[in-house]
Amino acid sequence: MAIAPITQVSGTAVPIPGADIDTDRIIPARFMKCVTFDGLGEYAFYDVRFDPESGEKTDHPLNDERFNSASILVAGINFGCGSSREHAPQSLTKYGFSAIIAESFAEIFYGNSTTLGLPCVSSNRENIDALKAACAENPTLQVSIDLDTMTVTAGDLSFSVNMPASARQALLAGKYDPIKELLDNNDKIEATATSLSYVG
Amino acid sequence: MGKTLYQKVWDAHTVGTLSDGRTQLFIGTHLIHEVTSPQAFGMLRNLGLTVKYPSRTFATIDHIVPTINQDEPADPLAAAMIDAIRKNCDDFGVTYFDLKSGKQGIVHVVGPEQGITQPGSTIACGDSHTATHGAFGAIAFGIGTTQVRDVLATQTMAMESLKVRKIEVNGKLRPGVYAKDVTLHIIRMLGAKGGIGYAYEYSGTTFDNFSMEERMTVCNMAIEGGARCGYVNPDETTFEFLKGRPYSPTGDDWDKSVDEWKSFATDADAEFDDIICINAEDIEPTVTWGISPDHGISIGESIPDPAAADPDEKAVIEEALAYMKLPAGTPIKGIPIDVAFIGSCTNGRLSDFREAAKLLKGHKVANGVKAIAVPGSQITAIQCEKEGLDKIFEEAGFEWRAAGCSMCLAMNPDKLVGDQICASSSNRNFKGRQGSPIGRTVLMSPIMVAAAAVEGRIADARETFDVSDDSAA
Ligand code: SF4
Repeated sequence: MAIAPITQVSGTAVPIPGADIDTDRIIPARFMKCVTFDGLGEYAFYDVRFDPESGEKTDHPLNDERFNSASILVAGINFGCGSSREHAPQSLTKYGFSAIIAESFAEIFYGNSTTLGLPCVSSNRENIDALKAACAENPTLQVSIDLDTMTVTAGDLSFSVNMPASARQALLAGKYDPIKELLDNNDKIEATATSLSYVG
Repeated sequence: MGKTLYQKVWDAHTVGTLSDGRTQLFIGTHLIHEVTSPQAFGMLRNLGLTVKYPSRTFATIDHIVPTINQDEPADPLAAAMIDAIRKNCDDFGVTYFDLKSGKQGIVHVVGPEQGITQPGSTIACGDSHTATHGAFGAIAFGIGTTQVRDVLATQTMAMESLKVRKIEVNGKLRPGVYAKDVTLHIIRMLGAKGGIGYAYEYSGTTFDNFSMEERMTVCNMAIEGGARCGYVNPDETTFEFLKGRPYSPTGDDWDKSVDEWKSFATDADAEFDDIICINAEDIEPTVTWGISPDHGISIGESIPDPAAADPDEKAVIEEALAYMKLPAGTPIKGIPIDVAFIGSCTNGRLSDFREAAKLLKGHKVANGVKAIAVPGSQITAIQCEKEGLDKIFEEAGFEWRAAGCSMCLAMNPDKLVGDQICASSSNRNFKGRQGSPIGRTVLMSPIMVAAAAVEGRIADARETFDVSDDSAA
């Protein structure tokens, strides 16, 4: 169960418009009728990529060919709010994203993403807006997130980003999937279970 | 210095500290449903792991269950999901409340109903509305599927501790104002992001006097306010509710448990990271106008006008109104509706249907409005039917359905069509939430949904049903 540390993510980035992008929007509920996560990639942001009435592609940035190879998502405030569905970050990784930069993240989404090894870093609106503008202007701009120094660089742009210490440490140590460590503490788990009368 | 219930439960369930600094937290009770569990069992099998404490996980199906004829899964994908949970529970020895059990229902209705939800426990479920169980003085978290795997395999998960905000509501709610209005009011006040990083402790005389069902309605929507969980301290109302339920302790164990449960309640001298006080009398029947649960206004107010908003808000209001196709600056009262939905884990319990039926009696659903009432569980359905509530709903022109999540998120055949607008007792008004990518949701209490159904437009239930201040006494 050894997993590789994640210290740096680089690639081109696509700016996503809007605030409070909820997980229903990232992956509409009707695509959650599945027993594996495998096919979810193609449904990421489905209802904003395709006009619900005509079925035609919209002018959403994810439909813009210039962003086809983007692997970093740049978003606004409270990204991933709403349902706890892991289908949301799963659909994003399967779509091809390997990191998200946003003004802020909803808690459950954040935790789900980190566990999948999808780093989510935040910065203030000014920095995010500047990055969005730079990517919109130059879709081939290389964006790099360094979790060691907690900075994002993109061309002339460079700013510091935030991430809770525990998540950062887990990614840097390759321990973002906690299962091994959880399992290792089996004795302590059993002791706790015994101490709880309702588990008993 | 005293401790909060949150701290006490957290401490009692702490297994240890992980290398990344997070707590390994023991999850005493794990609830699963068909949407977020099959992948977790898949991961378990891939890793060659098994379920650590099968007796501490309970399963049911709710999201995809059809509500006209429960036995007929509408499509092959839904059928595959039901097959998967049956097989997984069977293979790993997990208790499963199947359609035939008479106990199936929305997981957050079933847990309390069965007495599985108990004070001083930790509860997790792959569903954000797990916060509901906090009404019993449990610490209950919505989790992702990988965490469902972790809980199955180890009965623990990695978790960062939260701050605690006390939300104190004091006084008596005015007639026509319900627990749903309290929760919508709080979210409106503190915002959909206001609770990030917090657990909410709901207290004050209003909560003291609330029934368990009312407490559940408020805790249910803690997540809509950004809080990871919400709870009410356990008291006699809690114990009264739990007594005699299938999974509640019995005999001597009952008294012991009650003593233990009491000991988990927040100490009088506990300190909070934040305290908010609200006067119950200030709360009005509240409805949403937009696409986030904090887009709430009282029924007497007007839809916000972006022209009058500060620059930060302007774009948000514009986006919401463009989606909702509602006129800025006009009263919300009187906006025509197409669909009325009473149900969901927020408001799909016996008292919700009782109250709505009481007021609906002698009224008819307006022409052209599709109105459905969906009990939260099979047991709720039977209780309602015993009291003849189903007949009252049907006579009024509502369809009386079988138990499930139904039009709360429309993973079953109950969906909005096109840009229909729905007066809904559920908890989320996100874009496309009720099954049509352009469908529109207006959140409100079940009574306000009943009033909207009768009038064919968003209405003040106090006027529709002639509820006045003096009729309250
Ligand atoms: S009723 Fe709605 S919110 Fe509740 S569990 Fe079902 S889908 Fe989720």
